[in-house]
Amino acid sequence: MAILIDGNSRVITQGITGKTGQFHTQNCAAYANGKKAFVAGVTPGKGGQTVEGIPVFDSVAEAKRETAADVSVIYVPPPFAAAAIDEAVDAGIKTIICITEGVPVKDMIITRHKMRNSGAVLVGPNCPGVITPGELKIGIMPGYIHTPGRIGVVSRSGTLTYEVVDQLTKLGMGQSSCVGIGGDPVNGLKHLDVMRMFNDDPETDAVVMCGEIGGSDEEECAEWISQNMTKPVAAFIAGVTAPPGKRMGHAGAIIAGGRGTAEDKIKALEQAGVNVTANPAEIGLALRQAMKLD
Amino acid sequence: MKVHEYQAKTILRDRGVSVPRGIACFSVDDALKAAQDLGGDRWVVKAQIHAGGRGKGGGVKVVGSIDEVKEVANQLLGMRLVTHQTNANGQQVKRLLVEEGVGIDRELYLGLVIDRASQKVVIMASAEGGTEIEEVAAATPDKIFKLFVDPGQGIVDADVSALLERVGLTGDHAEQGVLFVKALYMAFWDTDASLAEINPLVVTTNGKIIALDAKFNFDDNALFRHPDVVAMRDTDEEDPAELEASAVGLNYISLDGDIGCLVNGAGLAMATMDIIKLYGGEPANFLDVGGGATAEQVTEAFKIMLRNPDLKAILVNIFGGIMRCDVVAEGLVQAAGVVKLSIPLVVRLEGTNVEKGREILEKAGLDMVTATTMNDAAQKAVAAAQG
Repeated sequence: MAILIDGNSRVITQGITGKTGQFHTQNCAAYANGKKAFVAGVTPGKGGQTVEGIPVFDSVAEAKRETAADVSVIYVPPPFAAAAIDEAVDAGIKTIICITEGVPVKDMIITRHKMRNSGAVLVGPNCPGVITPGELKIGIMPGYIHTPGRIGVVSRSGTLTYEVVDQLTKLGMGQSSCVGIGGDPVNGLKHLDVMRMFNDDPETDAVVMCGEIGGSDEEECAEWISQNMTKPVAAFIAGVTAPPGKRMGHAGAIIAGGRGTAEDKIKALEQAGVNVTANPAEIGLALRQAMKLD
Repeated sequence: MKVHEYQAKTILRDRGVSVPRGIACFSVDDALKAAQDLGGDRWVVKAQIHAGGRGKGGGVKVVGSIDEVKEVANQLLGMRLVTHQTNANGQQVKRLLVEEGVGIDRELYLGLVIDRASQKVVIMASAEGGTEIEEVAAATPDKIFKLFVDPGQGIVDADVSALLERVGLTGDHAEQGVLFVKALYMAFWDTDASLAEINPLVVTTNGKIIALDAKFNFDDNALFRHPDVVAMRDTDEEDPAELEASAVGLNYISLDGDIGCLVNGAGLAMATMDIIKLYGGEPANFLDVGGGATAEQVTEAFKIMLRNPDLKAILVNIFGGIMRCDVVAEGLVQAAGVVKLSIPLVVRLEGTNVEKGREILEKAGLDMVTATTMNDAAQKAVAAAQG
C-alpha cells in the first residue's frame, strides 16, 4: 500500500476556494484514476458552496463528519497556515500535508508542541506534497513524470525531487511513494521518519533520499540507517558549493555556526553505508548501484 | 533579516534587558555630541556593520577623551571594515554607536536559537564570553550549557537559575541574571527572532549584569507582523544585486565564480551550482526564480547576472512542473530580445510541455546552446565559460 496515502485515502483541501487550492485540487482529482478521493473542501465562511463538484464546509470538523475524510492538504496563506494545521489536528485528521511556503517558525513551534500526543502526522510545511504513483497525488508535483513501482523517494526540495523522479522513471524504476518533507527548519516528518516508513513498507525495495545544507536531519537519519535499515539507499546532498551564513532559498537551508554543511551530511551517510553521489544528474544511477543492478 | 547592534540594543532596552547607555551616530559631530551627552571619562566607539568580528577587525575602540572620540569617529566613519565575516573589500562603516565605558569584571556568553531537532528555543550559556563561540563549541563543547524552553510552559525561573549557576553566576548576580535572561527570551519570542547573541554578557566592576554586545536576526517569514523591525532594515548592508532581485521576486545570492545560474526551485538551484563545480566550473550565483519565471523576471534575472563583469556564461536549468516549459521558453526568447547577451547561454529545459518549449527556442533562432540532461548542461556551460 506504499506509505502515507493510497487509493483509499479521502482528502479534504483546506483553502479550496483560493486560486492555488482550487487549481491543485483539480489537478490531483484528475490524477486519481476516476476515484473520488477529494471529498471535501474547507474555507471558513464559504460552507455550502461547491468547487468543481466538491462540497465546501466552514470547518474541518464538519467536513470530516460529513465525508469521513482521513487526510487533509493545506494551501491557506502563510499567516493562517499553522492555525489550519491545528484545526485539522483538533478535528482528528491523522495525515496532514501542508504545502504553504513562508509559515513563521514560531507558529510552527507552537503548532508542533500542540500536536505532540495527537497521533497526527504532518508533512511540511513548504513542501510539494506526497504522491503514490498511479493511485493518488496530493500536492503540487507534476503527476506525469511519476510511474508506479517499488522505489521510495524522500526529499527536502521540490524541483530537485522532480529531477530525481524523472531520472528514476527514465531508468525504468517506478516509485512506491514520493514524499516532499519541505525545506523549513521546524516541520513535521523528517528524513528519518519517512525512511522508517519505507523500511517497513513491503511495497518498497529501495530508497532515494535528497537532503540539503542546514540542520542535522540527514545526520540523524544516517545514524538510524546504520542501525536499522534493511534496504539499499542512495542519496544526494545539495549545497556543497553554498557559502556559510546565507539562506539558500529555503528557510532551513543555511549553514549556521559551522554546522549543517553538505560535507558533514555526506560523511555521515557514507559511514551508514548509503551510496552518496556528488552528481545530481546521476542520482538514479547511484540507486541502481546501491541495488547492485549495474 | 539582520539589524545593527544599536538597533538590537534598542529592542532589548525597550523590553527591560540591561544594556550600556549609548547613542547611534551618523557623523563625527553626532559622535562628539553623544559623548558629551553621555558624560563620564571613558567611551566606546563601535562601528556598526552587520558582519561579526568587528573588534578584531579594528572597528571597536575604547577612548578616554572627547578629542579621541573625534579622532576615532573620523577614522571609523567611511572606512571599509574587513572582518572574517565580510569579503576582502570589507563593509563601509556609515554608522557608529557611542557608548559609556563599562568596567568589566567577567565576560560570559548567551545565545538563543531555534533548535530544529527538539523544535524549541534553546538558550545557550558559557563562562567563556568575548571569544568566538564557534571556537568554544569546537574545542570545548562541554563548556556550553543549554536550556530548552518548553513552548507550552514558557521560561521557568528555576531552570534559568540552574543554567546560570553552571556558568558561575550565583547570589545577586544570579537574581539579576534570571531577570536578564527572561527579558531577553521574551524579546526573542515576541519579535519572532531567529537568533540572539549577547557576546559578551558582562558582570561589571559595579556588580551589574549587562549586554555589552548584542546581535539579533529575525525570521523573514514573520516580518509581516513586525513593522517596527522592518523599519530597522539597512539596505546599505545588503548586496545590491540581491536587493534588486528580491524586488522582482527572485531569490539571488552572489558567489565568486563566473557561470551564472538561473534555476527554478532552491534545491535544484543548489544542485545546479554543485554540478557546475563538479565539472570544474565555478558558479557566479544562486538564483531561484521560484514558481513564476515570467518574461519580466527572466529579463531582470539576466540583467542582474550580467552586471557581474566576471560573468563568462549563463546556464538556465528549468524543471517544469506547474511552470510549463513553453511559458519559460517564451520568457527566455523575450528576455534575450531585450537583453543583448554577449556571453554564451546554455539552456536545459525538462518537464511539463518540454517539446513545445524546445520548439519555441528553436524557432526563435536564438544564439544559445541547448542541453538535455543536467550533465550535458553543466559540461556545456563549463566548456563555454572556459572557451
